[in-house]
Amino acid sequence: MSQHTVTLYPSRQFKDNARSALGDTELRHSLRTAMDFLMAKRLSAFPDENELETLRTLGETIRQRCLAKLPTLLEQLEAKLTANGIQVHWAETPAEANQIIQGLIDRRNGKLAVKGKSMVSEETELNHHLEAHGVTAVESDMGEYIVQMAGEKPTHIIMPAIHKTKAQIAKLFSENIPDTPYTEDVDELIQIGRKALRHLYMKADVGISGVNFAVAETGTLCLVENEGNGRMCTTVPDMHIAITGIEKVVEKLSDVVPLYSLLTRSAIGQPITTYFNMISSPRKEGELDGPREVHLVLLDNGRSQAYADTQLRKTLQCIRCGACMNHCPVYTRIGGHAYGTTYPGPIGEIISPHLLGLENTSDLPTASSLCGACGEVCPVRIPIPEMLMRLREESQRPANEHVAHPLRGQGAGRTGKESIAWRVWKGVVGKASHYKLFGWTASHLRALTPVNQPGWTQNHVPMKPAAKTLHQLIKEREAKRS
Amino acid sequence: MSARDNILGKLKAAPVTPVIEPDTAAHFARFASTASKLELLKHWAAAMRSVKTEIIWVTESNWADKLAARVTATNLPDLLVSDTPHGTKARAALANSDVTVKVFDRPVDEWKESLFNDVSASLTRCLCGIAQTGTLVLWPDSKEPRTMSLVPPVHFVLFDTQTLYPNFFTAMDAQQWSAGMPTNAVLVSGPSKTADIQLTLAYGAHGPREVIVLACLPEGVNPTLLEDAA
Repeated sequence: MSQHTVTLYPSRQFKDNARSALGDTELRHSLRTAMDFLMAKRLSAFPDENELETLRTLGETIRQRCLAKLPTLLEQLEAKLTANGIQVHWAETPAEANQIIQGLIDRRNGKLAVKGKSMVSEETELNHHLEAHGVTAVESDMGEYIVQMAGEKPTHIIMPAIHKTKAQIAKLFSENIPDTPYTEDVDELIQIGRKALRHLYMKADVGISGVNFAVAETGTLCLVENEGNGRMCTTVPDMHIAITGIEKVVEKLSDVVPLYSLLTRSAIGQPITTYFNMISSPRKEGELDGPREVHLVLLDNGRSQAYADTQLRKTLQCIRCGACMNHCPVYTRIGGHAYGTTYPGPIGEIISPHLLGLENTSDLPTASSLCGACGEVCPVRIPIPEMLMRLREESQRPANEHVAHPLRGQGAGRTGKESIAWRVWKGVVGKASHYKLFGWTASHLRALTPVNQPGWTQNHVPMKPAAKTLHQLIKEREAKRS
Repeated sequence: MSARDNILGKLKAAPVTPVIEPDTAAHFARFASTASKLELLKHWAAAMRSVKTEIIWVTESNWADKLAARVTATNLPDLLVSDTPHGTKARAALANSDVTVKVFDRPVDEWKESLFNDVSASLTRCLCGIAQTGTLVLWPDSKEPRTMSLVPPVHFVLFDTQTLYPNFFTAMDAQQWSAGMPTNAVLVSGPSKTADIQLTLAYGAHGPREVIVLACLPEGVNPTLLEDAA
């Protein structure tokens, strides 16, 4: 059996992608408008700062408690789901997850799958895998439906088609959906999508979804959505397959209350979404609808690498609200596609190295000005800037250096020039006498500073050492005082 | 070694971190609303209306007639009800109208296409309401299946306002949901919607286009007291 190869955009293209995105004025306008809107919405959803900060601390503590107990909770979740009649499958890699799902569909001779929004299935490129094996997988979330039709990937984890204008979507629909006239009326466009997808729910052999929270206590899969497509996919077809990362488990049902509130308010500034869908079993004897089979696929794909290191483990606290990208000055300027990974923006910069290895993502931890906005808005207080610094360090660490929890691709970001620069820097600042000599030389020879400074002067005015070092200035000030 | 063993093995080999037990109940108690029952109901109604939900104040004795009036006033050709006492009551109220009343009394597999194509509205009850977010909790069962509140474009919900809780936590806690969850439970806050096209909000995405709540007040409560929330 042939296997779909998961294709990754090599990260070395990141800088080229970013440059080309920066030149796309339409894209930049769409992103700026959308991010300004989402930031304002989030702010208005938390009118009481005290409540916000207390809730963030609660969310952080809950996620940390669940992660501290992760292996036990996964076993409890499996036992509870199994007792409820939901079958649990484990996958270490995207390829294994795809194989499991394809196997389940094949068993029913299924040909059509409708999909609710699932970033983990984007991570495994499930649609391509199924397509290659004769199963049509149709995305049913409006934004995902649009990007699938355009042959693209989502540009944002919550708003997949945020980069597209209504004119572009109108064109796409009129060219791809039979008997569809061109219209830029958003209500009409949504009704066109609704009509096209509704008959697919009816016909689909299987529904595929993600999971926002998997509750170990009750064996419940929770899905957050506004559109109702998630409910359709998990209710109408006779088989439901959910796929999620191993970190999504929470211990208690009550844990979802603060996390859900943080999620919807941080993501889109809504006090609540239209639907919070809690699934705890397949159709029971005597029930008149619902899938007869429900499966959960738990995917690792590098998450256990992040888990092994207590600092990097905090990455797994994420509840996928997207607030960090909405507030990121880099994301706002280049959009999600430039990153070339499933998860863009700050969260993508810290999770992708575990999923894909630093050898494929060494540029990503540097795609940040370290302004700290992501960490300030994170609803579960992930110290994202701290994680970025750590990943920068790991990508510069010599590949052969022994550490307790080596990351895949350790040292992949190391270049000869940069290593020399850091070695020189270490030599200069490592000893007081060296630093003093450096300061004296720099301030006295400042007239010789080159005008052309590679890596800097294409966007900035040249750097020039000050006439006096800070040490000198302080000394002079102290002398004046005394 | 199976994938399961490998994953769990790696997780179990990782360093252990201390567990801090958060007090979720204390958080929700600290930020709980001190509003009266009437104020909570007003807040609930305002929140639901802000997401395009229609609210009709009714009582136990008049809800079926008010439902029939609303169904006929907007020329809905049919209504799907469940084989339950409230379904029977709705059917009786519509007996002398032109509205075709359908009963969900057989497995959906036998009439899926018809459910999608030939049903314009449905009536279900709900378990309770949540004031803070303007929410209804649906708790489908073998008598009142899941698709009833999902597939028909118009969804009528019968809501006993006596079961309104201040927030999600209090509802879950008071009713001890953690003791056992049904096959499916859903929190619903308005008709389906999306802002996926250029952030423009549009209702009627995939689920119902309209949600109409028959909010049942105790006899003697004057609905006009609630209307300054509108």
